[in-house]
Amino acid sequence: MIKNGVGREIPEYLEHIGKLVPYENAFSIMPEGNKVGSKLKRQLPHKSKLISSIKEAIKACGLKDGMTISFHHHLRNGDYIINMVMDAIASLGIKDLKLAPSSLNPCHAPLIEHIKNGVITSIETSGIREPLGTAISQGILPNPVVIRSHGGRARAIESGELKIDVAFLGVPCCDEYGNANGFYGKSAFGSLGYALVDAKYADKVVLITDNLVDYPCLPASINQSQVDYVVKVGSIGDPKGIVSGAIRFTKNPRDILIAENAVKAIEASGYFKNGFSYQTGAAGASLAVTQFLREKMINQNIKGSFALGGITSQIVQLLEEGLFKGIFDTQCFDLDAVRSIGQNPKHFEIDAATYASPFNAGCIANYLDIVMLGAMEIDTDFNVNVISGSDGIISQAAGGHQDTAAGAKMSVVLAPLIRARIPIIVDKVTTVVTPGETVDVIVTDYGIAVNPRRQDLIDRFKEAKLKLYDIEELKEIAEKITGTPERIKFKDKIIGVVQYRDGSVIDVLREVDDA
Amino acid sequence: MARLRRTMMYVPGNNPANIMGAHLYGADSIMFDLEDSVSIREKDSARFLVYYALKNLDFGNTETVVRINGLDTPFGRKDLEAIVRAKPDVIRIPKTERAKDVLEVESIIAEIEEKAGMEVGTIKLMAAIESPLGVINAFEIAKSSKRLIGIALGAEDFVTSMKTTRSKDGLELLMARSQVLMAARAANIYALDTVFSDINDDEGFIKEVELIKQLGFDGKSVIHPRQIPLVHKVYAPTEKEINHALRVLDAIKEAEEKSSGVIALDGKMIDAPIVERAYRTLELAKASGLYEGDN
Amino acid sequence: MEIKKIGRAGTVESNDISIVIEPSDKKDIEVELQSAVLKQFGRHIKALIIDTLQSKGVKSAYVKAVDKGAIDCVIKARTLTALYRAAESEEYVWEE
Repeated sequence: MIKNGVGREIPEYLEHIGKLVPYENAFSIMPEGNKVGSKLKRQLPHKSKLISSIKEAIKACGLKDGMTISFHHHLRNGDYIINMVMDAIASLGIKDLKLAPSSLNPCHAPLIEHIKNGVITSIETSGIREPLGTAISQGILPNPVVIRSHGGRARAIESGELKIDVAFLGVPCCDEYGNANGFYGKSAFGSLGYALVDAKYADKVVLITDNLVDYPCLPASINQSQVDYVVKVGSIGDPKGIVSGAIRFTKNPRDILIAENAVKAIEASGYFKNGFSYQTGAAGASLAVTQFLREKMINQNIKGSFALGGITSQIVQLLEEGLFKGIFDTQCFDLDAVRSIGQNPKHFEIDAATYASPFNAGCIANYLDIVMLGAMEIDTDFNVNVISGSDGIISQAAGGHQDTAAGAKMSVVLAPLIRARIPIIVDKVTTVVTPGETVDVIVTDYGIAVNPRRQDLIDRFKEAKLKLYDIEELKEIAEKITGTPERIKFKDKIIGVVQYRDGSVIDVLREVDDA
Repeated sequence: MARLRRTMMYVPGNNPANIMGAHLYGADSIMFDLEDSVSIREKDSARFLVYYALKNLDFGNTETVVRINGLDTPFGRKDLEAIVRAKPDVIRIPKTERAKDVLEVESIIAEIEEKAGMEVGTIKLMAAIESPLGVINAFEIAKSSKRLIGIALGAEDFVTSMKTTRSKDGLELLMARSQVLMAARAANIYALDTVFSDINDDEGFIKEVELIKQLGFDGKSVIHPRQIPLVHKVYAPTEKEINHALRVLDAIKEAEEKSSGVIALDGKMIDAPIVERAYRTLELAKASGLYEGDN
Repeated sequence: MEIKKIGRAGTVESNDISIVIEPSDKKDIEVELQSAVLKQFGRHIKALIIDTLQSKGVKSAYVKAVDKGAIDCVIKARTLTALYRAAESEEYVWEE
C-alpha cells in the first residue's frame, strides 16, 4: 500500500486491473506516446450496412467472451439500448464481458442479473446509480469497477488504456449508411458528446436507431466512415426518461438561499466580468445560480464568452439573449437545449475529449472561469466525494467534476450543509473523487468557506464584505445539529478504483460491511 | 440600539424541515406557529416540536416568536405551559380584542415563570389584532402590558368581519392600518403589518410594502423566505438618506465639541426628531449591509 | 406512563420521523427502526427513543419508527407526542 497525494492507501497492484499509479497532484503526470485508433477496415462499394436485428449485429461484429463493449448515456434514465443489447448478448451465450458505458442509470437494474449469470464481469464507467450501485458495493461483480471522469474516460479511450471492441450507440436520427445525429426524431436528446469518442475509437461500431431517415442524414455528428452496422428498432428509449421539458426554476427556498450565496461569491470573485465563461449543472441550486446570474449580467451589462457542459434551457436563454457568445455542449438536459443545438450554429456539439480530456492540446474545461459543482460529502481538506453516499454505497457519478474543478479558475461546490441528518462537511470523505487542491469555494445554506490555498479569493470576498467561515466551523455547526455519524464499516475487499482524470488512482472503493 | 423588526417570518409549527434553519433566510424575527397553520388534531405534536426545537436549536441572533392558540380554545393554556419554559423571545397572542386578553396571558406567563424559577418578565408579548373590535380597542391593547413590544394587524379575518375582501391597493385596510399604527406609536411599541399571501406576485407585494413603510409600520409579517429580501430592500435607506444621516451626526458631534447649544446643518436647525430619524436610518443601513458603522 | 392503546405521531416527510407506539407483552421496549441514515445513526436513534420512553416510566412497549433524517429534538418530540397519545394523557410535564 502507498499513501497517495490525498492521503489514501492505494495498493500497488490489483488483480484484473494491474499496476496502479497513485495520484500525486492535479498536474503531476506527463503523458507519453501517441493516440491509438480503431482498426483499419474495408467496405465494398454499395454494400448495405443495415442489419435485421441487434442479435445479428452482435454476431456480425464477432463479439466473443472476454471482449469490451461500450454505450453512451445520452438517453439517461430512459435508455433501452443497454438492456436490449445485453439481453441479446446473454441469449447468444457470450460471457465474461467488460461493460464500458459513459454512465449507468437506475433503468439499468437488469444488469444485476447479467452480472450474476457471468455475462458481465467488469465495469468501467463514470457513474453507477441505484440499485446496481448497491449490488456492486456488496461485491457482486467479480472484477473491480473503474470509475473515471468524463475527461478521464475520453483520455483512457484515446490512449488505449480502455480498448473498446464493439460500441453499441443509440441514435435518434440516422441513415442506412451510418451518418447520425442526436438532434431530431422522437427520441432526440441533442448532443452526442460522449458517444463521439466511442464512434471514433471502437473497433466495431453499431448504430441502433428508431428513426431511419433518407440518406444523407445531416448534420452527421457520427459519420459513415466510423460505422459498421445500422439496426432499426421500435424505440431506443422512453422519452419521459431521456430529457425533461424545460427544467423549471426551483422554488425550494433552501436551494435559492444556496444560489444567492453562490452568486454573491461569483460577483465578488473578480471573474465576473466581460468575456467570462461558465459551467453549471441541472440541480436545483445550480439552475437558480444561472437565473440570478442572468439578472446580474443584464443589470451590470456584462456579456460572457461561452457556457460549457450539460446544457439546460437557462443557458440557451443566455445565448439567445446575447449574454453569451457561444455554447460548447456535451450533453443536453432538456428539450430547449435539444431544439437549440439542432438549429443554432453557436450552440456547438463537442466530444468528451474536447470537453475535458487532460491529455490533448487543450480541452475546453481548461478555458473555464467559473464552474458550479455538487457534492455528496466534502472534507476539511476540501476533497469532494460525488460517487458514494455517506453510507459507503456507490450511487452517484463522477461526471465532469474532476475535470472542470481542475480546469476552472474558480470551482464552487454548492451543497446544503445537512442532507437528511447527514452533515455534508466531514473529517474524511468516504471516497475522494475530486482532490481538494482543485476545489476553491464551498457554498452552503449556512455560509461560505474558501480553500485556504486561495488567499486571493479570501481577500476579494472579505473586501466585498462576504461573511466567510472556516471549513472546520461549518463542520461544527452541522455536527452540533446532527450529531456525529457513526463510521461506516467496510470489508477489506476492494471492489473498485476511482481514477483521477490523468489515470492515476485517487481512491479505492471497498465492499460495504452490512453485518 | 432598538431591534429592527422589518420582517417576521411565519414557520408552521408542525414541520421539522421548515423549523430547521428557519433563521437562515435573514428575517429579523421568526414566528413558529401553533395556531392557524396547525390542524386541531396536531396541536399537541406541534407544541412538543416547537418546545424541543427552541430548547435545542440555535437560531443565532434572530428573534424567536411563538404564536400560541387563543386562551378561549382548549390549547392556549397548554401552549403557554410548554412554550414559556422553552423561552422564546416573544409570545404572540392571536385575535386580541381587549386589554383583558393580553392581561390574562400575562398573568399566566408570570405564574409559569415563577413556577419554573425564571425571572418574571423575561418573555415579551406581541398581540395580533384581527377584528373590528380589536382595531377599535387598539390603543387600550397597545398600552395594556409592559411586556408588550408590539401589535400586529391580521387582515384576513378582519376583512371578512368587515364584509369585504382584500384588494391590491388596500383601501379597505387603510383605517385599520392607521389605527393600529397610531395606537402602537402612542404606546411607543412596534407596529407590524399583515401578511401578503400571493407569494408569486412580487410586484403587488412590493407595492404593499412601500405603502406600509410610508404609513410608518416597522415591518411586515411574511409567509415565505422569498418575501424577506423584498421587504428589506424597500426598507433600505438610499445613499442620499445615509449621507444625510451621517452629516446630521457629524453636526451634533461638532456642536458638542464646540459646546454649542444650537445645532445646524445647511442652515437648518437640527431638532430631536431629525436626530432620531438619522439614527434609525443608519440602523436600517447597517442591517441592509449599506453602512458599516464606526465599530 | 402506561401505554393503553396505539399512539402515533410524526410523518414520513423529510427531516421528520413517524413513531407508532403499541402496547407489548414483553417486559422491555422494542424498537423497529427503518431509516435513511440507519448505518450512521441507527443505534443512536433507537437508544434515544428508548431513553425518552424510559424517562417517562415506560417499561414495556413496541415502537415502530420510520425515520426520514430527523434530528434528536424532532425524534424526542415525536416520541413523546406518540407516548402521550398512547397513554391517553394530557398531563404534560415540561422540563424547566
